[in-house]
Amino acid sequence: MKTERLVLHFPKEVADKPIVVNLVRKFDLDFNILKAAITPEEEGIMVLEIRGENRSFDEGIRYLREVGVSIQPLSKDIIWLEEKCTHCGYCVNFCPTSALSMVEATKVVSFDSQKCTTCGICIEICPFKAIEFRF
Amino acid sequence: MKSIEEINEKIRKGEVVVVTAEEMIEVVKEEGVKKAAEKVDVVTTGTFGIMCSSGIYFNIGHTKPKIKLGGGTVYLNGVPAYAAYAAADVFLGATALPDDDPRNKNYPGDFPYGGAHVIEDLVSGKDIRLTAHAYGTDCYPRKFLDAYININDLNEAVLFNVRNAYQNYNVAVNASNKVIYTYLGMLKPNFGNANYSSAGQLSPLLNDPYYKTIGIGTRIFLGGGIGYIIWQGTQHNPDVSRTERGVPKEGAGTLAVIGDLKKMSPNWLRGVSVKGYGVSLAVGIGVPIPVIDEEIAFYTSVSDDEIYAPVIDYSKVYPNRESEIIDFVTYKELRDGQINIKGKKVPTNSLSSYFKAREIAETLKNWIKSGRFFLTQPSAPIPGVESGVKFKLFSGREVSQNEN
Repeated sequence: MKTERLVLHFPKEVADKPIVVNLVRKFDLDFNILKAAITPEEEGIMVLEIRGENRSFDEGIRYLREVGVSIQPLSKDIIWLEEKCTHCGYCVNFCPTSALSMVEATKVVSFDSQKCTTCGICIEICPFKAIEFRF
Repeated sequence: MKSIEEINEKIRKGEVVVVTAEEMIEVVKEEGVKKAAEKVDVVTTGTFGIMCSSGIYFNIGHTKPKIKLGGGTVYLNGVPAYAAYAAADVFLGATALPDDDPRNKNYPGDFPYGGAHVIEDLVSGKDIRLTAHAYGTDCYPRKFLDAYININDLNEAVLFNVRNAYQNYNVAVNASNKVIYTYLGMLKPNFGNANYSSAGQLSPLLNDPYYKTIGIGTRIFLGGGIGYIIWQGTQHNPDVSRTERGVPKEGAGTLAVIGDLKKMSPNWLRGVSVKGYGVSLAVGIGVPIPVIDEEIAFYTSVSDDEIYAPVIDYSKVYPNRESEIIDFVTYKELRDGQINIKGKKVPTNSLSSYFKAREIAETLKNWIKSGRFFLTQPSAPIPGVESGVKFKLFSGREVSQNEN
């Protein structure tokens, strides 16, 4: 079994086609949609947690690439800019998955990209703009 | 009893004993007030938080031909500045916004750039675009100026904050059923979270609750450089309810401070964008407290579990100037991440940085120990509890519709 969180970019030409559903139909994969959006340029962006047998997983990913979807690991998407962070910790309790946390002894904020679901609430609220989205 | 001069002599000789307000808690716990007062000469404090009543003034020098900015308009990177001094002086407040910022028209507003960001950029050494219109006089004929200025080319550049370092503050919650956006951040409905902003046990005025050593003329750490306390801050309100050890249980004293902007650093002066509220400046301030006697040793040993803050509803009570306090909670509870409100466990969020407050207290400690920073005797005290100084509510006579 394999579980991965991936960012899928659907170019304009395929943004309106049923693609993700084929992960279930053709490759017997489970997925959980963490985020979905269409940009003003009509490119689709979807953050998925995909789960399945190793072989089907790899075949599913190959299928997505073949139809023109580009894929990145999720961790690259939310960037914590440590040099801009003042470690106020304001974001910590807003973060739904504790990807942002405060180290008690040092009072320093840390970011665990593996736990991040890219919900973006930290970006909305950080007064110091210490967190950014990067697609 | 120790005098400031005796402490300064110890600094000169390299014999001074300095601890941070956090370390002082342990010193007094282990050795008692009497021994602590003998042993420790200075306690350093620190706070790094969002302080809206901040601003800068500077002098740009004279252009050729000359221009009189006074009475005209000045924009800095598109942000309006105050130009009602003489020819070449400009004041910029932290919360100023460009004329074309949509504010809260697109609610909640993002406020990406304003006065405080200009201050941060200027301190960072970035060029700032100054655009000025003047009406022209015989002695100052020029009517328009569009130029890049840099902090290094200015005459005086001064940080001048009329209210900073609040002695204690509210804890904000939201009793309504919709999200609200305040200067204490985003508040989820039905007491979804509680936001606060104080360095607590490290905060300057909480370590000298009756302003016995902190006064007009006190030399301080300000924005990474050296500054001075020049007056009590606006809304200074010493006569509030206090705990047995004298610590105010709500917002009380405040400080007006000043310092050379050219010696400051963007590490300690940061522009912030508070969603739905506006732009403000995060300021780093540290005040040294001379341990002149046992009483001061006692005051400086205050810890987070002995400092209470009032929990206030910002959906109705705060905006309508009502006085209901839901409860008092300690900074220990707040910093541990959860408080109890009406039987509900509510997560807490801090807007001020304890990490940076600690860094300020450590920096100031090192400055004093290395002989770079000497203490000052205040020229005059700031008003205390007995002064009769009170924060008055608005009492202006509102103009009725008939008078319009």
